[in-house]
Amino acid sequence: MHVVESGIGPLIQPPDMNAFREWNRKHKTKALVDKLMSEQEAVARFMFDGAYIGTELYGTVRCPMSLIREVIRQGYKDLRVAGQGVMELDILLATGRVRALDITYIGNEVYGISANLRREVESGRVQQVVEWSNGGITWRFKAAAMGVPFIPVRSMLGTDTLKYSAAKVVECPFTGEKVALLPALILDVGFIHVHRADRYGNCQIDGIAGFATEMARACKRLIVSAEEIIPTDEIRQRPDRTVIPYYLVDAVVHAPFGSHPGEMCYVYRRDEELIREWVKEMEQPDTAQAYLQKYVYGPKNHDEYMDLVGRDCLESLRYRKGGER
Amino acid sequence: MSTEYNPRELLICVAARLMEDGTTAFIGTGIPMLAAALAQKLHAPNLVTVFEFGGTGAILEELPLAVGEERTFHRALSATGICDTMETAQRGFIEYGFLGGAQIDPYGNLNSTVIGDHARPKARLPGSGGANDVGSHCWRTIAIMQHDARRFVPKVDFITTPGYLTGPGAREAAGLPPGTGPYRVVSSLALMGFDDETKRMKLLAVHPGVTVEQVIQNTGFELLLADRIEQTPPPTDEELRLLREEIDPHHLYI
Repeated sequence: MHVVESGIGPLIQPPDMNAFREWNRKHKTKALVDKLMSEQEAVARFMFDGAYIGTELYGTVRCPMSLIREVIRQGYKDLRVAGQGVMELDILLATGRVRALDITYIGNEVYGISANLRREVESGRVQQVVEWSNGGITWRFKAAAMGVPFIPVRSMLGTDTLKYSAAKVVECPFTGEKVALLPALILDVGFIHVHRADRYGNCQIDGIAGFATEMARACKRLIVSAEEIIPTDEIRQRPDRTVIPYYLVDAVVHAPFGSHPGEMCYVYRRDEELIREWVKEMEQPDTAQAYLQKYVYGPKNHDEYMDLVGRDCLESLRYRKGGER
Repeated sequence: MSTEYNPRELLICVAARLMEDGTTAFIGTGIPMLAAALAQKLHAPNLVTVFEFGGTGAILEELPLAVGEERTFHRALSATGICDTMETAQRGFIEYGFLGGAQIDPYGNLNSTVIGDHARPKARLPGSGGANDVGSHCWRTIAIMQHDARRFVPKVDFITTPGYLTGPGAREAAGLPPGTGPYRVVSSLALMGFDDETKRMKLLAVHPGVTVEQVIQNTGFELLLADRIEQTPPPTDEELRLLREEIDPHHLYI
């Protein structure tokens, strides 16, 4: 197949599908093993310096905030990150420990541009920035989920987004038209927050699934946090609801309000007051560090974080029964 | 004489009027959401909104603050995921896509990635997000922009999202689906379209109180002029009432 154009961005994580197969055979247990553990244990067991990591879903929505706070607390450095995010990646960037980004969007949505992204990229502390689209990065996970090294798509063509990516443009062997090939993206460690999981890691998500189904299948190690831990019997009553089956999951962490100050669809709304505080504190480097000190390093774990925010305050964010607002 | 309004309210109304009933529109956060909510309450009750993280056909009773949150699939027709919505666009199901950016050029190319050089940018912006996908696959894209010469530039610093690229035939030559591309630009001063032959931006209408000269002065490239330049009708009392009382009563956006 003739390569017409190659993006100049480095391939931060090459798509070695044979190694991924071997990994999935050797390191992913197919036995039903109790994987319920604390966030300290889960992160300590599976994270490492230089890891290539990713989070799902989208910033303030079903976001694995409690896990990311623990990743920061444990001090891992030289991180490489698949960058579609809002709060979780913003606070990770605030630590100055991100070295490479496969970026599609990092920002604060209605609250504008991420000051941490600006500081870290403009200063060169993030040494590699490789561009993709949201569809593009999700399809890269999908390729890994399919077990193939790349996926043909019609996004990114003709743009600088492609030029500064690691994609390639080829002539389609069937039609002769140009098509973009995106390399499969395999994460060293993935973090996903779900509504319910059992001890083995079978997960249910309510509402939109974002890119959880694809990303969960593209991780060498997957840490799941769940609002609720349920008996496997409940999983077996509705197997159609299992979007992430147990064998993909390495650790299950019970984290009620794990997405706070973000939201969890049908369970609790986002904490607008604390989100505004976060955006404001992140504007300047010293206040950003003060924010990390207060909300990340201060509490020893998610339990203490919930105490800090206040249990009543958290409860007040809950939707009334039946999902009414 | 109609009620007074602010520039943002006008932008929302102009964008809403472009949304057709019974069709599909890819909606991002901000002005497109308010415009879609307004269109649903007026002329387009069956406007099917598509939010990239999986919500299709939401009824926008309350404004979403994030593109993945519950309100993006409130009483929706389906709640899936980002692969589904992007692939639906790639298959040609989505008519309109709404976009924004820090810079736009005469061919409707948009930049939301960097100001300056990519390696050492003067300003690092959020990046493509879903914009590149929307601009690649939706049949007609509508950009919503603040209008000044820093934003309407001869050449964008970085093409995040494809417009007509370098001109006629360039999208197809790059491999993008034929028949797609920029349709309208709604700015704080005017409404623009694109010339069929040259694919360059063309002034179609000026907003109330704005002169053609003002639009030209605030555009950093030569703007084509339609044979007859219309006047944008001001927001109606009903549009403003819906916006202020029902759609955004807490003035989060307006």
